[in-house]
Amino acid sequence: MADTRPSASIEAVESGLAAQGYIASRQIATAVYLAQQIEKPILVEGPAGVGKTELAKAIAAWRGMKMIRLQCYEGLDEAKALYEWKYAKQLLYTQILKDKLGEVLGGAPTLEAALNQLHDFGDVFFSKEFVEPRPLLQALEQPAGCVLLVDEIDKSDAEFESLLLEILSDFQVTIPELGTVVAVSPPTVILTSNSERDLGDALKRRCLHLHIGFPEQKLEERIVESRVPGISQTLRRQMVSFIHEVRTLDLKKLPSVSETIDWARVLVLLQAPELGHEMVKDTLNVLLKYEADIEATMPQVSTFIAKASRQNVFG
Amino acid sequence: MRENLHRFFRAARGAGVRLSPAESIDAMRAVSKVGFTDRAILRDTFLLTLAKTQDEKKALGDCFDLFFDQPEPQSPPEDGKADEQDAKGSNAGSDSPGETSGGDEQAEGLGQLAQMLLAQDRNQISAAIANAASAASLSDIRYFTQRGIFSGRILDQMGIQRLRDDLDNLAATNPALAERLTNALDGLRGTVRDTVSQALMLYGREEAENLRNEILRNAPLSRIEPRQVEQMRHLIRQIARRLRERYSKPRKRQRRGHLDVRRTIRRNAAWGGVPFLTAWKRRHRDKPKIVALCDVSGSVARVSDFFLLLIHSLHEVVDDVRSFAFSGHLIDVSDILESKSPEEAMAEIMSKVGFGSSDYGSSLADFEDEWMGAITPQTTVIVLGDARSNNLDPRADILRRIAERSKRLVWLNPEGRMAWGWGDSEMLRYSTFCTVVRQCATAKQLERAVSDIVASYQ
Repeated sequence: MADTRPSASIEAVESGLAAQGYIASRQIATAVYLAQQIEKPILVEGPAGVGKTELAKAIAAWRGMKMIRLQCYEGLDEAKALYEWKYAKQLLYTQILKDKLGEVLGGAPTLEAALNQLHDFGDVFFSKEFVEPRPLLQALEQPAGCVLLVDEIDKSDAEFESLLLEILSDFQVTIPELGTVVAVSPPTVILTSNSERDLGDALKRRCLHLHIGFPEQKLEERIVESRVPGISQTLRRQMVSFIHEVRTLDLKKLPSVSETIDWARVLVLLQAPELGHEMVKDTLNVLLKYEADIEATMPQVSTFIAKASRQNVFG
Repeated sequence: MRENLHRFFRAARGAGVRLSPAESIDAMRAVSKVGFTDRAILRDTFLLTLAKTQDEKKALGDCFDLFFDQPEPQSPPEDGKADEQDAKGSNAGSDSPGETSGGDEQAEGLGQLAQMLLAQDRNQISAAIANAASAASLSDIRYFTQRGIFSGRILDQMGIQRLRDDLDNLAATNPALAERLTNALDGLRGTVRDTVSQALMLYGREEAENLRNEILRNAPLSRIEPRQVEQMRHLIRQIARRLRERYSKPRKRQRRGHLDVRRTIRRNAAWGGVPFLTAWKRRHRDKPKIVALCDVSGSVARVSDFFLLLIHSLHEVVDDVRSFAFSGHLIDVSDILESKSPEEAMAEIMSKVGFGSSDYGSSLADFEDEWMGAITPQTTVIVLGDARSNNLDPRADILRRIAERSKRLVWLNPEGRMAWGWGDSEMLRYSTFCTVVRQCATAKQLERAVSDIVASYQ
């Protein structure tokens, strides 16, 4: 087994994602690489806004595949996620074909014979033509493969998980009336969760488990660099360092990467040369989403800014 | 390397990562793709395939570092021999001439171990320890009590017997060398002890934890030492999780039952019995409602502490829990328990009503005055306390009314049955109105009691 190959291809994943504007940490890249190699779904956990959904989008864009998204919510069921029979079409067809019934049964001398003839036609209405594919079935049917994003799986009910198990382990699904549908080419599956509910062991066992936390300072700077091109290096370093300080506070909702990017955009828009006290106070609402959090952070702002600019000098 | 992987999986289980064979197969497949060369990638690969939670990732990461920092035990005997010769040659050159020559002269008649120790070659010694460790199957170590046995076995494997003989001989002929050897032996013992401790950390944690939990489960809650409180909390949460897993699933599954043929036909009579509308059997199910009254007076405070913790960890199963705490008088503590972290909540409850001397009569009166309405015919009322009312009026009549209004009245008493009715215990008087009276002094009994209560609603 060539020893240099795997790490090289992990780097390929990294650069491929980077080309789509997604700066992946080494662990994320390894997960994506492994998912491809051993054909397993990735279960991504972590706080909101660290780029779990973005990862799926980036993979799809990088590999030039379609992305199919299934947003989970409480009460999501088979009919919404997997497939549904087109009942209206079935009814319409029965009405239209009513007259033909006589022809079909016309020759039958006895009731039994008529019944047998009906049986031969019985399956017509439960055939592929009457199935309305929902995201999961669509994903299996993509001839060129796709990225299937099962978003916020923790929002769905526990029963829904078991529905996913067959798809996740064998990339197939069984429709009672039709039989088993096997994926044309196995989709890359990304599941995301905010850990609102503990997921079942069976589900976890079928997935690679990736935890994306808040990125390290260097990584976050690179993310900002790639997402907000116009920002100066000084400002970038200061604001990221400032955010890292804010994350050490005990807040209701810590600022995540998406908020970092928003804030960077705002600062660029306001043409801030570097982090200033007034500027931060005015724009803190971009970063923090609760009044209480803003109040808790206000007194610390000066200290954090000082720290951030100090770090800028030495770092 | 395969052998090494298996040992790592075992160590990972020891570290508390739940690993099924399927997962280890996945990990092996993944490893075969990424190879062993890059340790950082290997580490990430294990974290991705084996660990399923953030805690497990941390434990597994630590375990990985510990495991791969170990000296590789695979050095075949022939190699070892060659090393030995090598080491000896180089050592003779590098050491100060006087000492070495003296040592070597004396070392002629000595055993292998003695020679090795005198040569002071760390690599060689650690290789020898590793070999002896695998010969003594050190990875089978499970409990800390086995440390001595395994240290002994390893030293035996290394030939300590011969070394002792050598020491006896030397003591007469060359005391200086004997002393050097004794010192070296002490050092060796230390190293072996460390090796064994490390192995215990790697392989023994799970068993040790199980044993400790088992002891803890059966230990009287009221006599838990402060250092064990945190472990106990952990255990109680585990119990709560288990109860939750056991009881939350069927309740959701059986929302809709079988087709109710009779009702379906009746409903569709208008269409000549063609079933347009279906009717389904619904299993009637009581929603669990629990009202918990906890004595938090000094004598039973710790037990009720754990009890409240358990009840509130069970929230996902039991929708409707109201908790009350009392010693001299009674307050509603549901909100405190729900809004705060368990530790803070307990502290607040204790500061409000805790540690007083208990007065069951007035506490029951408080309950009747304000919260009697909380009890419906579906409610299970749980009273936790020792029923010691300091010879005040027990007001058993209120308890009777509570029993009459509720579905069940369960009394959990942390005292042994022998003590009931003695001294100021009113237990016998109260127990006539209770549906169930249980002794509840250990975590195990607590689990049984709560499990029975929840099960009765299934």
